[in-house]
Amino acid sequence: MAAVGILDVDLCGPSIPRMLSVGKPEVHQCDSGWVPVYADPQQQQQLALMSIAFLLEDSDEAVIWRGPKKTALIGQFVSDVAWGELDILLVDTPPGTSDEHLAVLENLRKHRVDGAVLVTTPQAVSTGDVRREITFCKKTNLKILGIVENMSGFVCPHCSECSNIFSKGGGEELAKLTGSAFLGSVPLDPLLTESLEEGRDFLQAFPESSTFTAISHIANTLLNSLNA
Amino acid sequence: MQCENICDTTTLKIMQSELGITGKKESKLRHNIHVFLCIACLNLLSFLLDCPGTSSDQAGKSSACQGCPNQSICASGATKAPDPAIEEIKQKMTSVKHKILVLSGKGGVGKSTFSAHLSHALASDSSKEVALLDVDICGPSIPKIMGLEGEQVHQSGSGWSPVYVEDNLAVMSIGFLLSSPDDAVIWRGPKKNGMIKQFLRDVDWGEVDYLIVDTPPGTSDEHLSIVQYLSGAGIDGAVIITTPQEVSLQDVRKEIRFCKKVNLPILGVIENMSGFVCPKCKNTSQIFPPTTGGAQRMCEELNLPLLGRIPLDPRIGKSCDEGKSFLTEVPDSPAAAAYQSIVQKIRDYCASHSASDVSC
Repeated sequence: MAAVGILDVDLCGPSIPRMLSVGKPEVHQCDSGWVPVYADPQQQQQLALMSIAFLLEDSDEAVIWRGPKKTALIGQFVSDVAWGELDILLVDTPPGTSDEHLAVLENLRKHRVDGAVLVTTPQAVSTGDVRREITFCKKTNLKILGIVENMSGFVCPHCSECSNIFSKGGGEELAKLTGSAFLGSVPLDPLLTESLEEGRDFLQAFPESSTFTAISHIANTLLNSLNA
Repeated sequence: MQCENICDTTTLKIMQSELGITGKKESKLRHNIHVFLCIACLNLLSFLLDCPGTSSDQAGKSSACQGCPNQSICASGATKAPDPAIEEIKQKMTSVKHKILVLSGKGGVGKSTFSAHLSHALASDSSKEVALLDVDICGPSIPKIMGLEGEQVHQSGSGWSPVYVEDNLAVMSIGFLLSSPDDAVIWRGPKKNGMIKQFLRDVDWGEVDYLIVDTPPGTSDEHLSIVQYLSGAGIDGAVIITTPQEVSLQDVRKEIRFCKKVNLPILGVIENMSGFVCPKCKNTSQIFPPTTGGAQRMCEELNLPLLGRIPLDPRIGKSCDEGKSFLTEVPDSPAAAAYQSIVQKIRDYCASHSASDVSC
């Protein structure tokens, strides 16, 4: 079992806490800094999480901050959270190539950053933006671990007809075009979105689904490239 | 510089590079840099201490200001002077009848798709002049969706000329200023704000009935700037896009709070990606399930109009990728009907309201 930390730097729209069903716990301080919130039900301390959502009194409160304030908090998240011994720290970012992305990179510079996973949906409008994100990675010397094509096709649960609601194949094409690794596709799956809504662990609840296979494949490919 | 005591050197260097200041220019502009950096430092400090804020009435005067090296600057009122661009933009906007912002808290819910199709629908009345402004500086999708990729912006005596899709439909986006589809705009807040100011002040929009502003997700620099710069001219209101799930609504509630804080009227909420009808068996699937009642319940709780629900339709994404209007390509679809109904409500709202003053 790997010890994983998730740092949610989407300050305006922090979604990870709900998806992991951690509620609204208080963030405590210890000698080495802020204590992250642990998401695992058995308290095995294998999944640590930090998000601005834990620091807001009212979860509907808007974080209306300009860049410098966001940069300062992200700096604190990186250096003042007592993550403990982690195998992997995952950083979830908002869309764009701006303050949050620069702040994370600058603050993680002193540590080793293995790279970035880029997520796209299949259509050209999405891959069009991800091309710019790839340029951001190249300009900031951030290794691209690979591209994931999300929302890649929908299989009707009633008749099994596959509909490419957001087109198909754009992620793989983008990977070829830019010389990046293609990690895999994840289909649109109402069971996955429902699990995220309820903060249920989809991988535990639906181990037989093709979505589980897709996500596991991506995770294993990533782990192999990290250990290589 | 005193700021070195407050900001770490990394932040200072970044601020200096934002201003394009090299060592040689530094001595000439020392005073101005110091004031600019101090205002930026104070933005940082106000998070870390209980600074009342540089534009507050208590700036430089509260007990928290004691000992702050910038106390005298704040107390002098230098930090509270309004940006002259606000008045310039107000003058420029006298030829624009209605201004509508398209917002969401969450990314990927369909703001740009909606903004583009709202513009197309409004422009289908050839007697109306429509303008679409894309202020998503990092991810400018509007040129592609409007079929204008590769177009460039021209300068004339009266300013920047927007790009015309139709005779009565003009578009402006940073996408037109980039020479390659791979170019990344890696800008921090201040530079993005400067661009937005230029878009509002320097683009020669001409006589416009509707100015639609497409925004990136969030409640940050772009949103504050657009509201601030249009505070003299007034904004009719905002349309907020969401998808049905709570993960999206959670962020939309924050966006609604933002609108209330800056006195931005909300025309209504649109629930996008609201169900999918299988083309084969015609059964409906809720791919993004409304586990907490969707936009309908949220609107009831917050007393906001639900302008409509737009179903998922693969032909919408396809039209966007091809730069065509879905409303022209598939006019008889349920999604097109949903769009037209929503657009009519927006027209009706504009006809019965005028732009209000927005404070920030």
